[in-house]
Amino acid sequence: MNARVPNLSRRQFVIGSAATGAGLAIGLEFSFAMNAAQAAAPAAAAAAPEIGAWVVIRPDDTVSVRVVRSEMGQGTITGLAQLVAEELECDWSKVTYEYPTPGESVKRKRIWGDFSTGGSRGIRTSHEYVRKGGAAARMMLLQAAATQWGVPVSELSVQKSVVTHAASKRKTTYGKLAEVAAKLPVPTDIKLKDPKDWTIIGKPLKRLDTRDKVSGKQVYGIDLKLPGMLIAAIKQSPVFGGKVKSFDASKAAAMPGVKKVVQVGDNAVAVVASTFWQAKVAADTLVIEWDEGSHGKVSSAGIAKVLEEGLSAPQAFVGNQAGDIKSALSSAASKVEAVYAYPYQNHAPMEPMNATARYTADKCEVWVPTQDGEASFAATLAASGLPADKCEVYKINLGGGFGRRGAFQDYTTQAVLIAKQMPGTPVKLIWTREEDMTQGRYHPVMQCKLVGSFDADKNLTGIHMRLSGQSILAAVRPQIVEQEKGRDPNVFQGVIAGDGEHGFGYTMPNLLIDHAMRNPHVPPGFWRGVNINQNAIFFECFMDELAEAAGKDSVAFRRQFLGKHPRNLAVLNAVAERIQWDKPAAAGVFRGVAQMRAFGSFVAAACELSVKDGNKVKVHRIVAATDPGYAVNPAQIERQVSGSFVYGLSALFMQECTVKDGRIEQTNFDNYNSMRIAQMPKVETIIIQGGGPVWGGIGEPTICVAAPAVLNALYRATGKRLRSVPLKNHGFTLV
Amino acid sequence: MVRLNVNGKTHNVDVDPATPLLWVIREQLGLTGTKYGCGVAQCGACTVHMDGAALRSCVMPCAAATGKKINTIESLAKDGKLTKVQQAWIDHEVPQCGYCQTGMIMAVTALLKEKPKPTDADIDAAITNICRCGTFQEVRAAVHAAAKA
Ligand code: FES
Ligand code: FES
Repeated sequence: MNARVPNLSRRQFVIGSAATGAGLAIGLEFSFAMNAAQAAAPAAAAAAPEIGAWVVIRPDDTVSVRVVRSEMGQGTITGLAQLVAEELECDWSKVTYEYPTPGESVKRKRIWGDFSTGGSRGIRTSHEYVRKGGAAARMMLLQAAATQWGVPVSELSVQKSVVTHAASKRKTTYGKLAEVAAKLPVPTDIKLKDPKDWTIIGKPLKRLDTRDKVSGKQVYGIDLKLPGMLIAAIKQSPVFGGKVKSFDASKAAAMPGVKKVVQVGDNAVAVVASTFWQAKVAADTLVIEWDEGSHGKVSSAGIAKVLEEGLSAPQAFVGNQAGDIKSALSSAASKVEAVYAYPYQNHAPMEPMNATARYTADKCEVWVPTQDGEASFAATLAASGLPADKCEVYKINLGGGFGRRGAFQDYTTQAVLIAKQMPGTPVKLIWTREEDMTQGRYHPVMQCKLVGSFDADKNLTGIHMRLSGQSILAAVRPQIVEQEKGRDPNVFQGVIAGDGEHGFGYTMPNLLIDHAMRNPHVPPGFWRGVNINQNAIFFECFMDELAEAAGKDSVAFRRQFLGKHPRNLAVLNAVAERIQWDKPAAAGVFRGVAQMRAFGSFVAAACELSVKDGNKVKVHRIVAATDPGYAVNPAQIERQVSGSFVYGLSALFMQECTVKDGRIEQTNFDNYNSMRIAQMPKVETIIIQGGGPVWGGIGEPTICVAAPAVLNALYRATGKRLRSVPLKNHGFTLV
Repeated sequence: MVRLNVNGKTHNVDVDPATPLLWVIREQLGLTGTKYGCGVAQCGACTVHMDGAALRSCVMPCAAATGKKINTIESLAKDGKLTKVQQAWIDHEVPQCGYCQTGMIMAVTALLKEKPKPTDADIDAAITNICRCGTFQEVRAAVHAAAKA
């Protein structure tokens, strides 16, 4: 069958192709799944009995948990394995993991569900079915023991992979039962453990993937070695949307090690050589004439103008509305008004984009560090022109992702397009840091005008928040925007009404939040925290401006609007209490707070900072509270929280991608800086487990409260409202 | 031919002498624990030891390393026994994605050789590696732990 169906979304496509019969007969033993170490030699992955879809058990009692979300540092492998192991009742010290491949998933009708690893979804959207996978395996193993001993299952107990029949004093282990259990039907009527009985979930267990990371043994995509492999370096159109008009490769082709110079799609040229360095040096000599298209003159100033116009444009999409903002504003005794702005930013994961492909007429294989194996698979199909049963993608752990490596598979497509021009030869495409910086899918630009109204007694009567700027969904998921009649619902992340997964939690008498969509040609993308980063800055800084105008304390002012959202209030109170908000800070030290609900979790931050020489900012301490409902691995949560502040404060102080002549000006870490250890504040994480039906995420939520808490403290320290990012543009540095 | 001493072994490598040491280590010698992050001496992912001192190998032409002793992350553990820095990294669960960590460990190892009991200020001055996952809080704790071990 030919599974290529144009004009369908990736997800529809993958489901559709499974449903139309790409499935093969599935035996019980599989060797398709693998971990990173096995990635280079898939055939080496040992066959072993799988007990249901999620668990593989070897005779030595080793339990391999299937993990379909991608590990990019956030600890998802360990967290997901904890969920499975909890229900399986296995010996944690013998747990390892393996990645099923997207091709296998297609064959098995997406038995493992969604591969996509973004939106802090790893645990929060799969906790139920992976726990059920663990429970099902336990039930099958117990059934196998019961049958073997001729006793009812109810008389058996299990602990750490050891099954016991107390009455007859018999014991056996999962490893011995696996072969038989694998042949039993997978139960569907499954009852999960009560959280109070958890012994693995909720424990600060060590990550499963640390050891190889300290010895240099961990294989990242960029490290992959295949027999006969060549390396490619690439030059892509510096102006987004531009195309290759012509190129002169005569010099490059004659350089040492160079095997071939190829055009890649319509917008790039690659040099394929024996080594990366040879390919890179040769690529630097390419003379490429670009057709820059219509965007060759676009600049940051021009983009800012377009957004500025949107701040007062008559047409805007409504995201959140309450009461009657018009009359609140027109009858106001006084008003506060402010305009904020957020720039383009690059993800800049430490491992530059890369992918390896091997193409023949019957098979296209790709090895790629990806946040979404299914998206990589779809890109492989499209670029190779081969059907699903002739394609495979092997996921490799990522040297950071932050949103760059999920929805966007440009590097995967390129690797396949290059390999296709050299059939049979594996080609590893590595982007230079310069390509990575200038070919991003950037955090979108946004401006925001806020107006707050007060009555004569200084009571807040309303807020109008007008966003003007770029829609990620319009570029990446246009079908959603189409369904919404042109509106991007995601742009209101954090400032939407109701009790969704994001929300500031404030109940305002009169409120209007609307968006004038302005889409420059620079491609936008999901960047750790996505739209909530700028929205939290805009709203939480403006809340401080309003509190000041009302003559109220920042925390007390917020509290009066949080009555209907006690968990937003609880995290705010937690940080206020820990930082002793009610007591004065030390001399020269200033505080700020912010709170939000993001990706299902309730988060707040309170910081303490001081300012030297008027512009050198030292952030001494950030207290962060997070309530994800359930804390699967508290040690890992702490690390993600403090890490998110490095990402968030780097963005706040240092990072902006500017546009000149249609292209991004920043090329490397020397002009797109990132925090170092000297600038690291002390981070104290408070974990609150509020329970409830919704599990919150961890990787992204806290990032959004770092910047507004710091900005609010900076105002107290300097008397300046800094309303645009990054702060280096205001002469402030983080020390 | 460029003559290099890496991890105690001498290699005669057929390579353009201008090739950065980083890429010779990764490609000709196949030691991929040393990482490429920026290529312009900004991030420290490529940190190795040259005669015991930390060096960002991405900007050094390999020919300039002739006659020097180069050590990479792969040479730290002897017979599978981790160094106290590596062990502290495990105990404190420093790595997130881990990509920057081999360079970080090499930089810290060199610092501890020079200053066995570094202060926070010593750490701030010597360790300027970029970690986009933001592991600095654990890095600092692990450096102090390794110094005490
Ligand atoms: S790769 Fe050498 S310092 Fe970044
Ligand atoms: S651990 Fe990921 S960049 Fe440092």
